[in-house]
Amino acid sequence: MSTNTPSAEQIENAPKFLVDEEPHHAPGSLLGFWIYLMSDCLIFAILFATRAALAPNVAGSPLPQEVFDIPLILLSTFCLLLSSITYGFAVLQMQLNKLNGTILWLGVTGLLGACFIGIEIYEFSHLIHVGASPQSSASWSSFFALVGTHGIHVTFGLVWLIVLIIQAKKHGLTVPNKRRIFCLSMFWHFLDLIWIGVFSVVYLIGVV
Amino acid sequence: MSAHENTDQHVEGAPHASFKEYMIGFGLSVILTIIPFWLVLAGGFDSRGMTIFIVIAFGVMQMLVHMIYFLHLNTKSEGGWIVISLAFTVLLVMIVIAGSIWVMFHLDSNMMPMLMDAAKPSP
Repeated sequence: MSTNTPSAEQIENAPKFLVDEEPHHAPGSLLGFWIYLMSDCLIFAILFATRAALAPNVAGSPLPQEVFDIPLILLSTFCLLLSSITYGFAVLQMQLNKLNGTILWLGVTGLLGACFIGIEIYEFSHLIHVGASPQSSASWSSFFALVGTHGIHVTFGLVWLIVLIIQAKKHGLTVPNKRRIFCLSMFWHFLDLIWIGVFSVVYLIGVV
Repeated sequence: MSAHENTDQHVEGAPHASFKEYMIGFGLSVILTIIPFWLVLAGGFDSRGMTIFIVIAFGVMQMLVHMIYFLHLNTKSEGGWIVISLAFTVLLVMIVIAGSIWVMFHLDSNMMPMLMDAAKPSP
């Protein structure tokens, strides 16, 4: 052994096991919000599984193929899909720091979301009117639980959207507001993604 | 410092969206929505199973389009944690949905064949 004290060069090249500084992490809440969306995804998974298991148990209430209005569902699907792309335009305007453009596209998104909810309320009242009410059978209970939960999500998304428009008008496109608008965009696109599952599994397969 | 001085900054970690991405996603979504609706409204294939398979396949494809072009997911966002949490969730969703369907569709099966033999009327 030549020497007991390491040279400066050896210290420089020695492996480090202690980090000098805290690893940098973005202060944004995008990952946290994503984890929330994944937990929401599990709620919908349970409702989809319930619907799949109970769909044949109509117990004398109307069959799905007798009462589903598929062209109406196509219309509401396009309302939601168009609202997804208009929210995308709002995010693009936000990236350019254009306040009025952001608010305009958020407003259009809100209108399309309201159309979707309006069609859904009309559809639910029609179904209940013809006897396919939540208490009529296990099949319709699972239908209203799944589609209703999605509708409640969209409704709360609308409330959040209105609050954000007011916030953006009052305080401008500050970093916190941008983060909120981006989180709501994830929420909104996620709800459109869940709706793909709903119209495929509940409506289209329901009438095949 | 007024809040307005911050407006030029972007949200850290937020992916940069582009008009082209949104339009590609929208175009693909329209096609992937119209085809299954048209298929079902036209009456579907002769085999019900085939129609169901096609509808689900188009649904899964459109979900992937949404994730890539609207949610801007890639393997690098948030240090890979987005994709890892997504993969874990997909695993749980598969277990919950496939497992429930599997169990529930076998509820009508006989539970113990021996008991069924014993239940037969004796000659």
